[in-house]
Amino acid sequence: MSEPWEDEVEGPVKKFMFVNRKSPYGTVYALESLEVVLITAAFDQDVSLVFSDDGVYQIKKGQNTDGIGMKNFSPTYRALEGYDVEKLYVDKESLEERGLTEDDLLVDVEVLSRAELADLMDDQDVVLSF
Amino acid sequence: MPIEVNGKSLETDEEGYLANLNDWVPECATVMAALEDQELTESHWEVINFLREYYDEYQIAPAVRVLTKAIGKKLGKDKGNSKYLYELFPYGPGKQACKYAGLPKPTGCV
Repeated sequence: MSEPWEDEVEGPVKKFMFVNRKSPYGTVYALESLEVVLITAAFDQDVSLVFSDDGVYQIKKGQNTDGIGMKNFSPTYRALEGYDVEKLYVDKESLEERGLTEDDLLVDVEVLSRAELADLMDDQDVVLSF
Repeated sequence: MPIEVNGKSLETDEEGYLANLNDWVPECATVMAALEDQELTESHWEVINFLREYYDEYQIAPAVRVLTKAIGKKLGKDKGNSKYLYELFPYGPGKQACKYAGLPKPTGCV
């Protein structure tokens, strides 16, 4: 029998893309997506994230949830790097429509056009939209 | 089952994790360890304190692979490996150390 600290046998790796389209609070979508992302990463899958529409607010700096009685989970996006989740994409138009730039975001991202994002989506095994 | 810490009764879930993270004081770890017949050494506290800091910064309990890597970075290669951490926390460094540190069960822990 193998010891618990010995490496597990590697299983198949699929390309998972998580598309985040809703603002962080008000619905549970953003938090749920983040949980699934962490679980997927813990299983050593190839994970990428897209933030588009109001989803760009999920990674906006300076979130303060004191007034709404919810946990501010935005610091968790900064933990993604430690989970080897480094492919974070932001839809350029969504960012511009909201008057935001890359400097307003709390993690390093790659800003892409919708056409470029569509190409990336084509390339995935699984695309999940939240 | 609630645990008795410093004369106060603290709520835990069915697996022994603290119900309220803000209830945590260092004695919680000592009490929880005693319930599992473990004595905490300096090396245990190093990991527990590391987890407290990690949670403070990222608001999650790290998956065990992430914990191992991060410990290696902070405390050195000889400590950043599964064997070392499993020897300290035989029930699993993620689950057991997070419990002692008063954190929720790590995300992705099944």
